[in-house]
Amino acid sequence: MNAIAAVLRRIGGGVVDGIWRLGFVARFLGLLLLLSGQSFRRIHLTIREIYFSGVLSLLIILVSGLFVGLVLGLQGYETLQRYGSSEALGVLVALSLTRELGPVVAALLFASRAGSAVTAEIGLMKTTEQLKAMDMMAVNPIARVVAPRFWGGVISMPLLAALFSAMGIFGGWLIGVAFIGVDDGAFWSQMQSAVDFRFDIMNGVIKSVVFGIAVSLIAVFEGFDCTPTAEGVSRAITRTVVSSALAILALDFVLTSFMFRGQS
Amino acid sequence: MTSPTQQALVSLRGVRFAYGEREILRGVDLDVPRGKVVAIMGGSGSGKTTLLRLIGGQLQAGQGSVVVDGQELGGLGREPLYALRRRMGMLFQFGALFTDMSVFDNVAFPMREHTRLDESLIRDLVLLKLDAVGLRGAHGLMPSELSGGMARRVALARSVALDPMLIMYDEPFAGLDPISLGIVGQLIRRLNDALGASSIMVTHDVSESLEIVDYVFFVSDGQIVARGTPDEIRASKDPFVHQFVHAEADGPVPFHYPAPPIMEALLGEGATGSRHNGRAVQ
Repeated sequence: MNAIAAVLRRIGGGVVDGIWRLGFVARFLGLLLLLSGQSFRRIHLTIREIYFSGVLSLLIILVSGLFVGLVLGLQGYETLQRYGSSEALGVLVALSLTRELGPVVAALLFASRAGSAVTAEIGLMKTTEQLKAMDMMAVNPIARVVAPRFWGGVISMPLLAALFSAMGIFGGWLIGVAFIGVDDGAFWSQMQSAVDFRFDIMNGVIKSVVFGIAVSLIAVFEGFDCTPTAEGVSRAITRTVVSSALAILALDFVLTSFMFRGQS
Repeated sequence: MTSPTQQALVSLRGVRFAYGEREILRGVDLDVPRGKVVAIMGGSGSGKTTLLRLIGGQLQAGQGSVVVDGQELGGLGREPLYALRRRMGMLFQFGALFTDMSVFDNVAFPMREHTRLDESLIRDLVLLKLDAVGLRGAHGLMPSELSGGMARRVALARSVALDPMLIMYDEPFAGLDPISLGIVGQLIRRLNDALGASSIMVTHDVSESLEIVDYVFFVSDGQIVARGTPDEIRASKDPFVHQFVHAEADGPVPFHYPAPPIMEALLGEGATGSRHNGRAVQ
């Protein structure tokens, strides 16, 4: 009986803690948005963060995009040619990338490359009392440190996802057209006629914006909220990567079920 | 220092503070007169850093009042608190320099945030501040390239960047070699006098502090247990002050953490501190 009570108490405690934490995140986001105006007045801070989060993530995003495209090309061709429709390879590659793989895989990579770095940086600033020092100098650390990093991530994410998709399509073309010999004209023209700008591309962009907001918020919050010790920072980084991955996949399901309902 | 209550810049009355159930301060009365350097001394965990945080508005007193320059800090909103903090400088224990900025940018940071001075004037002011702490030549270095003593001096230059009325120092001497320690001590005194500011120093370095301060408060167990000028402190017969000033291992502050008599432990009857059912001494 006692064991059951203990288990129930632990579950209850976990749920209550989770809800408290969610409340903190909501308040944190509110404050962040409120203070974003201040930080936009110093736009160079945000531009610097776009460089750190976006430009420095380019290599991993482009290389991964290329490989995902190459694999899609191979696997897609293998299946399509059985039904004699290997010219549809372009459509398959483009739709998979713009609707799903581009935003989702780019966001997962972004969370592990840039999100973890942001958490580590803010966490270490907290550990070495830099945030406290800033606050004592009457400079709000949420406006000066957190907001630029958040917006840097939110702006970078859709651009990275678009580049990921473009690189993936190039990879698919490389395998399908350049190596296997699928007709070049069919590859592009079928893609052009099948891919809808609003349904496929815009929905992909919306997804990547939502993922950008989720990953950036998780990254800055975990850094700001971490226990100021070496162990606390390492736990915060782990939490950023794990929570971001879960959030991306869960949000992807929700967004997909709304966006492509009733679409072919 | 005849009447410290007159023209006090900082005034604490009946201040109590607790972290949850753990009471840190139990009714502290303290005044910091304008233009003076005041030290708050006490052992580790006695509540002296908490006092500094209350004065800086980082923590709020549970009971009692904290008044800085005529303003009660309790219930003060963020904007007025920030307005007050612009006239305060604080030196953190390990400097807390911004590691992504050079020495120059660290000192320029408060000026760039709070003034509209143009860059050439900021450059001159920063170099003057750095010159005052003897580190003008180091303005291009990054914080990771500085020694502990140099980092402390840069942080000192940064904390006086806006010519504050109140400068707070949290353990300014911790981890410094004797030369750096003397330099930082002299700088604290000189900067205070040159700026016409008031300084509060939280420290447990007795000999250096007594050389440079005007007044000392001793904190123990969340209360002010002794106060006086350096001469009064040196001559004090108070057992706590005597133990502290003469660095005696045992006295009112016990050497031993509370424990049953050692014979009991050795004979296997008392607590051993072991978490293995006391088998260690059986």
